[in-house]
Amino acid sequence: MSQASVPELVEGNAPVTVTTPAKRKKSADKGWSPAAVGVSGIIWLLAVLFALPIIWFLLSSFKPGSELFRYPITLLPEQWTLSGYATAWSRFDFARYFLNTATVAVVTTLLTVIVSAATGYAFAKYKATWLKVFFVCILATTMLPTEVIMPSTFIVIRDLGLYDKLAGIIVPSIMTATGTFMFRQYFKTVPDELMEAARIDGANEFKIFWSIMLPLAKPIAITLAIFSFHWRWNDYIWPLLVLKDQKLYTLQVALRSIVGADNIDWSVLLSASVISLIPMVIVFLVFQRYIMNADMNAGLKD
Amino acid sequence: MSTAAPVKPRRANFTREHLTPLVFTITTMVLFAVFFLWPGGLGLYYSFTSYRGVPWSLKWVGLENYVALFGDADFYKALSRTILYTVLAVPLHYAVALFISVLLVSKHMRGATAARLVFFFPWLISPIVVGIIWRWLFGESFGFVNYVLGLLSLPPAQWQTNGNLALAVMLLAGTWGGTAFTMLLFIAALKNIPRSYYEAASIDGASEWRQFWSITLPLLRPTSFLVILLGTIGSMKEFALIQSLNDGGPGTQNVLIVQYIYKTGFENTKIGYASAVSMVLMLILMVIALIQMRIDNRGSDQS
Repeated sequence: MSQASVPELVEGNAPVTVTTPAKRKKSADKGWSPAAVGVSGIIWLLAVLFALPIIWFLLSSFKPGSELFRYPITLLPEQWTLSGYATAWSRFDFARYFLNTATVAVVTTLLTVIVSAATGYAFAKYKATWLKVFFVCILATTMLPTEVIMPSTFIVIRDLGLYDKLAGIIVPSIMTATGTFMFRQYFKTVPDELMEAARIDGANEFKIFWSIMLPLAKPIAITLAIFSFHWRWNDYIWPLLVLKDQKLYTLQVALRSIVGADNIDWSVLLSASVISLIPMVIVFLVFQRYIMNADMNAGLKD
Repeated sequence: MSTAAPVKPRRANFTREHLTPLVFTITTMVLFAVFFLWPGGLGLYYSFTSYRGVPWSLKWVGLENYVALFGDADFYKALSRTILYTVLAVPLHYAVALFISVLLVSKHMRGATAARLVFFFPWLISPIVVGIIWRWLFGESFGFVNYVLGLLSLPPAQWQTNGNLALAVMLLAGTWGGTAFTMLLFIAALKNIPRSYYEAASIDGASEWRQFWSITLPLLRPTSFLVILLGTIGSMKEFALIQSLNDGGPGTQNVLIVQYIYKTGFENTKIGYASAVSMVLMLILMVIALIQMRIDNRGSDQS
């Protein structure tokens, strides 16, 4: 352990040490060696290609309907307009779809985080054999997604009286193997001594979980919350099956109803799609650090 | 009180070892039973019936659905198209995400943070909107891509009316949408590889290409396994993206298996028959998962 950290220390103090490799690397980090030009060139070319579909889409959404299908195509709108946005907003009940989607995403996320934390905690800190069996069962759900058995899942939702209700997409989505797994892996790294100490102090098991363990796991809770919000915001298949009343539609189902029409109204569709992205973009801007540093590999270690 | 004292430890142990974790896991257990076991069992049962969603149609028909299924050309078409899509999509997703991730964390990369944001952006976009974006980009008479082809004096390609070109667009759109998350997995794993390994290798004179094959790739093995497993399952159940991209078209050429289940189960309300398709797909997914885990185990035994 201490041995392994020595070279790092040396490297950190590069100016003092005699070894040149560290120094040379440092200068190479900033200069434009042929390798740097090559690697950065390829990546930035790819980045432009990756950005192109979204840029083209975004720019098109600001074109008036008459310009959308005109040849020759121009990248920038000749006449910038928000008319597509205005039509989309007035013709479709977007405020309602937003509210529905947000309700589903927020409620499901809160429940998912709490349920996953409790379950992951039990998997990490209690040793009963049935827990191990149950853990394998939960893992199996990642390999056998329920979309695959949607006819019978739909009947179950219907028989529970959840058809055509927002609850019908919330309740079945609460349990996620990923979330349970993330918490289990995290709680495994928390030393058992912490629990023992709290027990000696007379705290009961639930108090230990609620006031000691859960606050410790805040970063995991935030990461899972972001991912859960993202899954639910973008969900399509369950809202499609469960919601019949247009007033309950989520954004994805509403968008699909525009693109599924015989004559696609592209002007509306482009702006409607852009509008639907805004909340996720905001979530990303706020929680960027958590998303980009999320190590979803965590579960792989055993 | 004094008589209860000797009993207490054992009861406390039982409470602590079984009852407490039960309270923690009970919600998940109920949800697992209601939304996983129950539909699974019910699906198996329905697959032996002629159920159409209304009580009087629930009649036991034995293996009839399965027999019909094995003679159903549409089923084979959907299944083989799904397998073709998966076989092409998984290596493509894997290679693109790995290539981008390795170059992004490379010491030669300049502006990595900004580039990473660009590659990550599609993650924010739902499969439905990804489909819409690519449909717009690849429109036959109005799309940007065909316009560019025109500028290069090439004939416009039939991205919507040629089944194989439509599949190619599906692959591109799927890769574009899926790279972000896979990249996140790869970059996290790449950063966990100690730099001293590379330093030692370069002192020994190993080229960077060699280092990639002998250090990076073997150490990424667990992540690769995860990416390929999740990618395979994801591609086998691809649905939302295609719904908005081309709705399985042209015609029914690119109807994949989940869409086939949706069509038979919900548009034609043949729940029994659709359940039989579900069971076959379940079985295929189980076999795929088992094979991949087998390969993964064998590989890690060798190393």
